[in-house]
Amino acid sequence: MTAFVEVSHLGRSFDVSKPWLNRVIERLPRRNLVAVSDVSFQIEEGAVYALVGESGSGKSTIGRMLAGLMTPSEGQVRVAGADLHADPSARKAAGIQMIFQDPYASLNPRWRVRRIICEPVVVAGGETAGLAERLLEQVGLSAEDAEKFPHEFSGGQRQRICIARALAANPRLIICDEPTSALDVSVQAQVLNLMSDLRDELGLTYMFISHDLTVVRHMADRIGVLYLGRLMEEATPAQLFARPRHPYTQMLLAAAPLMDGRTREIDLPKGEVPDPISPPPGCAFNPRCPFAVDLCRKERPELREFGGSRVACHRAEEIAAQSAA
Amino acid sequence: MTPPPVLSVRNLVVAIPSRAGISRPVNGISYDIAPGEILGVVGESGAGKSMAGNAIIGLLDRPAHIASGEVWLNGNRIDNLPPDDLRRIRGRQIGMVFQDPLTSLNPLLQIGDQLTETIREHLPMSAAQARDRAVAALEEVGIPAAAERLNSYPHEFSGGMRQRVVIALALCAEPSLVIADEPTTALDVSVQAQIIALLRRLCRDRGTAVMLVTHDMGVIAEAADRVAVMYAGRLAELGPVRSVIHAPRHPYADGLMGAMPSLSIGQRRLRQIPGAMPRPSRIPPGCAFNPRCPRAADKCRVDPPPTLADDPQGRAACWFPMEHPA
Repeated sequence: MTAFVEVSHLGRSFDVSKPWLNRVIERLPRRNLVAVSDVSFQIEEGAVYALVGESGSGKSTIGRMLAGLMTPSEGQVRVAGADLHADPSARKAAGIQMIFQDPYASLNPRWRVRRIICEPVVVAGGETAGLAERLLEQVGLSAEDAEKFPHEFSGGQRQRICIARALAANPRLIICDEPTSALDVSVQAQVLNLMSDLRDELGLTYMFISHDLTVVRHMADRIGVLYLGRLMEEATPAQLFARPRHPYTQMLLAAAPLMDGRTREIDLPKGEVPDPISPPPGCAFNPRCPFAVDLCRKERPELREFGGSRVACHRAEEIAAQSAA
Repeated sequence: MTPPPVLSVRNLVVAIPSRAGISRPVNGISYDIAPGEILGVVGESGAGKSMAGNAIIGLLDRPAHIASGEVWLNGNRIDNLPPDDLRRIRGRQIGMVFQDPLTSLNPLLQIGDQLTETIREHLPMSAAQARDRAVAALEEVGIPAAAERLNSYPHEFSGGMRQRVVIALALCAEPSLVIADEPTTALDVSVQAQIIALLRRLCRDRGTAVMLVTHDMGVIAEAADRVAVMYAGRLAELGPVRSVIHAPRHPYADGLMGAMPSLSIGQRRLRQIPGAMPRPSRIPPGCAFNPRCPRAADKCRVDPPPTLADDPQGRAACWFPMEHPA
């Protein structure tokens, strides 16, 4: 039994060199930005898999590669058994749709809502009669809204339109890239509830990308923590929040505001995310890690099973023993 | 005896006249901030929280203006001062930190020049003294090798470091009040935690009062002593952070807390508030929250809500505040 989505050794680098002439005159080398490096994970059908990370961690790049909007430099993505990037028909068969962060930028302001929602079906040559009305009601808007333009809606309503458009193509997998980051808390709750309901009704699989740990904890069945394009840890929310194994995850959880209304004197995170063009050798987190030893500066740790999680840390056992003591 | 407040806002109303009529994005808010206190002002977009901050520092864009109410700073009334006097107060007595550190710094000037310029504008100092002061200010906000970084341009700093420079700039003339408008919204969580800790430390060490405006309840919970929840230009609730988060009295504050994923751990669904906040031009009569409120009665649709002082606990502007067992 293979998983619905299988990502293996996925990598993507971008050439950010100066133009050829500058390189020759100024004797500069080519520069590569490694946005994603050797990332492997699986998503079961009907599950919500979340990727969290700070800016520059490569979470959106992975989402784009899964949606087929970008080709990987290394590795492969298999959806429902077919290689997404080798086989052009696989993408269509897999039924992948995407919801973006900014509901203001992802809807064409000159199109009526009906045309926006039906577009994926029109492209595929399908029947669209009554489709927009049905989908609008399904996402909690009214059928009359099909005749309106995007500017007539609030941010939360626009994100509902984006969801309706994603549903039009009968997808099996929806990639949600920060779907609620631009929304207010009370509206965010509406959209997250809608997404949960739709998942139950339609048996959708979500890949959920967010920087917000609290949203991810609420939504996900499994969480992958990214740092500088590498998967540092992967676990269920219960496991991740109760027993974070990787020092980076521990730092992230300590830094995230807890709503307990108490002021904590925590160990503040040290430093900031380094430049992805020249990441530190060995483990990418070693310059900020309180547990780093020489091995961490030389050898990149593999992602391995440990205590119910998957973690990429040389010293996971020692750290776990220390925190237990 | 409690010390006199640094900032005192009384019944502040900001009005924007237009052809369709006068809208009031800030409609009668009152609060005090004591020395060394951090007051969080939280609300969703359109609640008027930034507009209130801008009104206090006299930075409203025309045609918005203060229609009524008073703003007192250290015992002096400042809302009716001429623009030149207000300009001297900004920077000297009120420091400002905005959301995007890149737009609050001049990209063409080295940060040392920006700091010394500000210091010399407000304090009688020679260039050399101002330079020493600038180094001290950068060291205080935790910028390593401060003396060398004086000659750096804003783009040479990372996002978190840039926000530290902005905070140094806001604090270099030792103001008694800092207005921070979404100071951590553009930053990652790990950097956000550093900036919040920095604000708290500066506030404690110097007795600076801080008005922290943000939409992020998590930031408020970490940083603020008291929180003011704004809805449609009015204060819905004002009280100590812990009480407002765990025992909100106003139904809007209660709905807001229920919608937070971090407070609903283990629940399948988040509690949601139906509908959306009304625009300032279309605020319903009575209590602005009544169309969305689960407790609304006829009284709420007709009479404006009571003031905070009418509430036995002095916290919520609501006819039917929620009771929580102690």
